[in-house]
Amino acid sequence: MANLTINGKSLTLDVEPDTPLLWAIRENAGLTGTKYGCGIAQCGACTVHMDGVATRSCGISVAEAEGKKITTIEGLGAGSTLHKVQEAWIAQDVPQCGYCQSGMIMAVAALLNDNPKPTDADIDEAITNICRCGTFQQVREAIHTIASA
Amino acid sequence: MNKHVSPRMNRRAFVIGSTALGAGLAIGLDIPFGGPAVVRAADGSPEINAWVVIKPDDTVVIRVARSEMGQGSLTGLAQLVAEELECDWTKVTTEFPSPGQSVARKRVWGDFSTGGSRGIRTSQDYVRKGGATARMMLIQAAANDWKVPASECTAANSVITHSPSGKTTTYGKVAEAAAKLTPPADVKLKDPKDWKLIGKGVKRLDTPDKVVGATVYGIDVKLPGMLNAAIKDCPVTGGKLKSYDEAKIAGMKGVKKVVKVGDSAVAVVADTFWHAKTALDALPIVWDEGENKKVSSASIAKWLAEGLDGGQAYVGNSNGDVKTALAGAAKTVEAVYNYPYQNHATMEPMNATALYTADKCEVWCGTQNGEAAFAAVLEASELPADKCDVHKLMLGGGFGRRGQTDYVRQAVLIAKQMPGTPIKLLWTREEDMTHGRYHPITQCKMTAGFDADNNLTALHMRISGQSIQFTLRPDGLVNGMDPSTFQGLAPKGDASFGYSVPNLLIDHSMRNPHIIPGFWRGVNVNHNALYVECFMDELAHAVNQDPLEFRRKLMKNNPKNLAVLEAVAEKVGWGKPAPEGVYRGLAHFMGFGSYVAAAAEISVTDGTKVKVQRIIAATDPGYAVNPAQIDRQIAGSFVYGLSGLFFGGCTVKDGAIEQTNFDTYDSMRIAAMPKVESIVMPSGGFWGGVGEPTICVAGPAVLNAYFAATGKRIRSVPLRDQNITLV
Repeated sequence: MANLTINGKSLTLDVEPDTPLLWAIRENAGLTGTKYGCGIAQCGACTVHMDGVATRSCGISVAEAEGKKITTIEGLGAGSTLHKVQEAWIAQDVPQCGYCQSGMIMAVAALLNDNPKPTDADIDEAITNICRCGTFQQVREAIHTIASA
Repeated sequence: MNKHVSPRMNRRAFVIGSTALGAGLAIGLDIPFGGPAVVRAADGSPEINAWVVIKPDDTVVIRVARSEMGQGSLTGLAQLVAEELECDWTKVTTEFPSPGQSVARKRVWGDFSTGGSRGIRTSQDYVRKGGATARMMLIQAAANDWKVPASECTAANSVITHSPSGKTTTYGKVAEAAAKLTPPADVKLKDPKDWKLIGKGVKRLDTPDKVVGATVYGIDVKLPGMLNAAIKDCPVTGGKLKSYDEAKIAGMKGVKKVVKVGDSAVAVVADTFWHAKTALDALPIVWDEGENKKVSSASIAKWLAEGLDGGQAYVGNSNGDVKTALAGAAKTVEAVYNYPYQNHATMEPMNATALYTADKCEVWCGTQNGEAAFAAVLEASELPADKCDVHKLMLGGGFGRRGQTDYVRQAVLIAKQMPGTPIKLLWTREEDMTHGRYHPITQCKMTAGFDADNNLTALHMRISGQSIQFTLRPDGLVNGMDPSTFQGLAPKGDASFGYSVPNLLIDHSMRNPHIIPGFWRGVNVNHNALYVECFMDELAHAVNQDPLEFRRKLMKNNPKNLAVLEAVAEKVGWGKPAPEGVYRGLAHFMGFGSYVAAAAEISVTDGTKVKVQRIIAATDPGYAVNPAQIDRQIAGSFVYGLSGLFFGGCTVKDGAIEQTNFDTYDSMRIAAMPKVESIVMPSGGFWGGVGEPTICVAGPAVLNAYFAATGKRIRSVPLRDQNITLV
């Protein structure tokens, strides 16, 4: 059993303490917006916020996540209001297949929270998610659009 | 041929039929457009025809048979239908019909195959007719209601107007009546100059769900009572599963069953995927790897190298007499190149969910070829076509990998052993990396001869290596030859050679290692373009000529190729000084019906750190349905292509692929993304693809720029193996 706070809700999940947070989110909490890509914290498709910090959820256990505020893509906006990164993603038509974009959006939202006006170098350092479709050009443009708003 | 396809056909007939379709032999589709018997969508709304459903509230549902894997043709195909339908674009939604429904309706939606950059170019005619037919029926229904001639009525934005009286109505109001009409026999499509929606860079229709995590990919399927499976197939292709010790994982949490899958794989079925994977990792498995265990990258390389000189080879393009011309040449130049296996590495690993009962088998999955997946379900379930179906979902990447159906077959074979329980089979990244359908491996010897005036008089291109069709589509071979091997090198057609050389020979010594090849975004143009375009640069320098001028002389008979090359040269400022420390390279090619070119600007630090600053890329796809999405396909194709060039090699040890995850098979990150400036220059009169063609020019353009920067030729991919990295 693990007690997790996900998107503002307290959940008691029937999982072993060493279960990766990713699988607890997807299979036990039923929130499938967070994606499995590699399982070794390389690709970033599973990125969520843990106490506001972009975290690759495949690489940490539910035991480590207990007591932390976890936010997934489903909880990024406020109710039906989209987060500014999601809005920018629509305006810039960023996603292609879209599979990596939950993680990409969560990583970018965390970056902008820490650094509202990132330079290209800041973006290069903070955003290391893999996107095989290759949406990077639109990702960068969308970040700059938000930063200059 | 498709008239033979009916729900009652036998399983084998359909499998053969779908294979023939895959080879591009589909002609004369029997596509009825509506009829007196109204067909209804699930919510009861009437189909005007198979492509168009109109709801009472004016919502337009456009059926799209091709798959959406990020390439954007869901939106592009909807634009094609909507252009002729004259509907309100803001009211358009889309829907994937199922292959089972299509088969039951005499293949009403035509080909489902989504590969070879064919999604739009091979269905544009009949989907536009679908839209036009529906528009005519809707107008006719309004005219009947008003008792006026249809010729006095027009339609725009889902509103029908009777011009003389000024009466108006909407599509939603006349849809019921329209659906009952006999479709017109004579349907005329708009002249391209009258297009309003085609050619416009409208936003994708599938974005809103993708930014909130609501899009359902195969991996996200949830069914009541569903269990999850993890699988391990023999690491060596051709090997078998010898045994496994189930007792060792007895009692592990959540485990429901351990099953053999075919003769080479074992799967653990559990309540959750995590439990299934954990138990599978703990399961002792003994493999019988067989003869292929002796194969390594070195043994493959040696075998391919033996094919570079003489011996049997299939001729793909030839004119003049290369042998004599080379013997008499004033100067000859020779170079040997190679290109490795590469994994598609779609972000969403392979998966499929299957539900099997004694008289029904359904599968939910992402697939690039709904009908091939359907055929795989029939074959694995051993049930007839009217008892099977495939429910298509969004793909978390395809790149050619999801045109194969191995994972669908596995899911059904597992579900068959647990009738009545839906089983979701998900591959780990490790399984995905080691059981790919890899970009084929080849080597190439280029030999050229010049006369005393430095004119290129002879060119011999000998490719040695793997054929995709030999393994995946043997019925596509022609007297043993794989014509697709000569993609971009053919004498004519939609992937033809862009140069005229007096004495030319392009041939292929086919050598097929046991590693299963696949259609990897760009397919055979990836290596063919690299071999030709890097060598053209070598030849230009060998005779002290400018690479653009050198090519120009050989391209007099290929004005469209030359036009895209000149477009990128002009925009990059070819012939003018580059910024300090920046070096340039050019490449062009033709594939998938489109003409493409790239000019790369790079800088190199210490000879090993390559920064690709900017790539100018031009494409002439004939018609550009959605230029904004084409721009994204171009930029994205370079991420895929340059990832392959720098990081992408898969090596073979003891018969198995060595790379198991993104730590050993890296992919470009945003920091390395060059600025991509696209030039979309449709010249009209033909339909070319856009998802793949541009991928092949990035590599040679960058390598030619690397030579300009360092004086060093790179002829071996990936650059990782020469300690050259992309920064």
